[in-house]
Amino acid sequence: MMTLLDKTEALAPAQSAPVAELEPTQKAGAELLLDALEEQGVEVIFGYPGGAVLPIYEALHQREPIRHVMVRHEQGAVHAAEGYARSSGKVGVVLVTSGPGATNAVTGLTDALLDSIPLVCITGQVARGLIGTDAFQECDTIGITRACTKHNYLVGDARGLPAIVHEAFHVARNGRPGPVLIDLPKDVQFEKAEYVTRRVARQRNCIVTPPVQPKEIERAVELMRQARRPVFYTGGGVINAGVEASAALRALARETGFPVTSTLMGLGAFPASDPQWLGMLGMHGSFEANNAMHGCDLMIAVGARFDDRVTGRLDAFSPGSRKIQIDIDPSSVNKIVKVDMPIIGDAGAILEALLVQWRKRESDAAAPPSRLSEWTAQIQTWRGKNSFAFENSDEVIKPQFAIERLYQMTRGRDVYITTEVGQHQMWAAQHFHFDDPNRWMTSGGLGTMGYGLPAALGVQIAHPDALVIDIAGDASVQMMMQEMSTAIQHDLPVKIFILNNEYLGMVRQWQELLHDGRYSHTYSESLPDFVKLAEAYGGAGLRAEKPGELDDAINEMMAIDKPVLFDCRVSGEENVFPMIPSGAAHNQMLFGGAFTGDEVSQEGRVQV
Amino acid sequence: MENASVYPVPQEEAAVAESILAVIVDNEPGVLSRVIGLISARGYNIESLTVAEVDAEKHRSRITVVTRGTPQKIEQIKAQLGRLVPVRRVIDISEESDALTRELALVKIVSTGDKRVEAMRLAEIFRARPLDTTHTSFIFEVTGARDKINAFLDLLKPLGLTEVSRTGVLSIRRGSEAE
Repeated sequence: MMTLLDKTEALAPAQSAPVAELEPTQKAGAELLLDALEEQGVEVIFGYPGGAVLPIYEALHQREPIRHVMVRHEQGAVHAAEGYARSSGKVGVVLVTSGPGATNAVTGLTDALLDSIPLVCITGQVARGLIGTDAFQECDTIGITRACTKHNYLVGDARGLPAIVHEAFHVARNGRPGPVLIDLPKDVQFEKAEYVTRRVARQRNCIVTPPVQPKEIERAVELMRQARRPVFYTGGGVINAGVEASAALRALARETGFPVTSTLMGLGAFPASDPQWLGMLGMHGSFEANNAMHGCDLMIAVGARFDDRVTGRLDAFSPGSRKIQIDIDPSSVNKIVKVDMPIIGDAGAILEALLVQWRKRESDAAAPPSRLSEWTAQIQTWRGKNSFAFENSDEVIKPQFAIERLYQMTRGRDVYITTEVGQHQMWAAQHFHFDDPNRWMTSGGLGTMGYGLPAALGVQIAHPDALVIDIAGDASVQMMMQEMSTAIQHDLPVKIFILNNEYLGMVRQWQELLHDGRYSHTYSESLPDFVKLAEAYGGAGLRAEKPGELDDAINEMMAIDKPVLFDCRVSGEENVFPMIPSGAAHNQMLFGGAFTGDEVSQEGRVQV
Repeated sequence: MENASVYPVPQEEAAVAESILAVIVDNEPGVLSRVIGLISARGYNIESLTVAEVDAEKHRSRITVVTRGTPQKIEQIKAQLGRLVPVRRVIDISEESDALTRELALVKIVSTGDKRVEAMRLAEIFRARPLDTTHTSFIFEVTGARDKINAFLDLLKPLGLTEVSRTGVLSIRRGSEAE
């Protein structure tokens, strides 16, 4: 039974009354907004101007501290803010106009909601008197975005605006992070009112993170002490919980000796170079990770939500295990898989408490470390399968090989990777290895093609001196290609590494698997010349067509101090392996080679 | 492989049961659509819904939702509702054995002769109050638990029941303890 959080108690105001000023200074709503953003520590806004936000742009024009990055499409602004937030741990801020500005932002907001990325998105709205009249560039932004934000606000008057902004940041960054939208009518941007600071603003107790419960920790460690085949199953929540949580996970894994696997979103929380690392799990995860999940007797899920890409067939998911689930969001618990022991709270605090309790029980004779030796040996055998292996070629560049070279050539550099969505994303997850959190930005939950290029811009702004690479596909990259222009305008030397197989590769792979290889509309007709395209934008274009050319071209790419489109021509009909076909269990993986046509069950065919 | 979890795998479909949830919310614009939007977006059914402000000073409203689902589904609805920013508290009334629930219905009967007499007699048994009378019709007001009202309506069906208006379920805890 889940305890429901009681949010009825209001937080005590941080201080009594504000120091009375003789002349209360009244300011326009647009200024109040920027004051509040500044107080919240906002350094950069990703946005696109328009009629309903003109007063805000007017105010921005006269402000130094906040940098504005003008994008070329509002979806790009949201993805850029996501990349900024994900790589820095800060809240990303977006500013767009009413109507089409707001609707264009919807894909990005949904992406941020599914991947729990903290954002505050400010949309302009028509003046209050015009709301509901189908005015020019009016849309029901609050209604449209209710389902794709953690919370949204329609600002009623300038007096209430500062408190709304402060609460929006509180909601975006606390609990399970997510996007929050503030819809700001144009006349409110002109209306004068007094500024209210963060400390004085009315605070309601709307996000509650329960403290660590010592009893739960004791019970969890008891289970951990008894486990003979344990595994840590970690997710994006560990990244969201901050570097402290990743450090706590590492310490706990080291002392317990338990192996660690991670979802796509959680890569980097545990170092890929560690011998206890099993690799990513799930549909395209490693043989050892999926078998460990299937065969374990204790699963410790941390900030992971049992997504269908991870679990495969639910009634055959890890049948022999007890399951502990650590999550900050009570609604993630028992949603898909019923767990034996939910622990609600901050991942970092809970992992640290587990470590302290584990050490107290160090001298437990009943549970010697040797009890894990059989399990460790079993995992070694699975590792021997070398499931990410591929058949390389001297003639054509294999996409996996391209990623391997990219990984090797960028060692010693401060690297951040973003991706688009598709085969290249899976190959990047398999063959590019991460030792630190916040280095890997990808669209996991929503699977948004076009995410990677704008996200890379946001990452580059948060880390101006880093090497930021968008590992892309020829189809995905065209969805947000116009953001090359943003990269040029703002001197953001991102590298777009396109694995060009002239296909919508992942869809083609599924057509091969499920539809007897009838490639309905998945061939990328009329591809642009990416080299010329890069030059047209004012960036640099590079191309590699043979495996032998790859290393030199990658070196050249890294040496160029402006945005680069790298057209890496790879073999066309390569498939991502290993693979758990939809409707199959973790221990029913497919490996390299041709599909025979009967891999997917009838039930599996209807699943995505 | 032997199942070590205390829960069966595959999970057996548990029985579907009715559940009454009282949701205490900040009374702000759009809060009702947030609550019902969440319930419908996640594919749950609303059987009845009642909402009104209950504390003008604190701007609190009480939304009472009757829904159906397996215990796991109901827990999921409660957790999802608890995540909404303006939701202060979610109380599972059906979990509390001593909760009081009441509903009010207005019922129109159009009939003459024996049927009219029988309807009148039933109304007395159910302590329904006549609000309006013509030679051919009655309008009754009846209050009680959901089951009682359902029973009353079932009995009136053959006696000329033509229109029903119901408030939906209201609930409160017995005794001196408050929410």
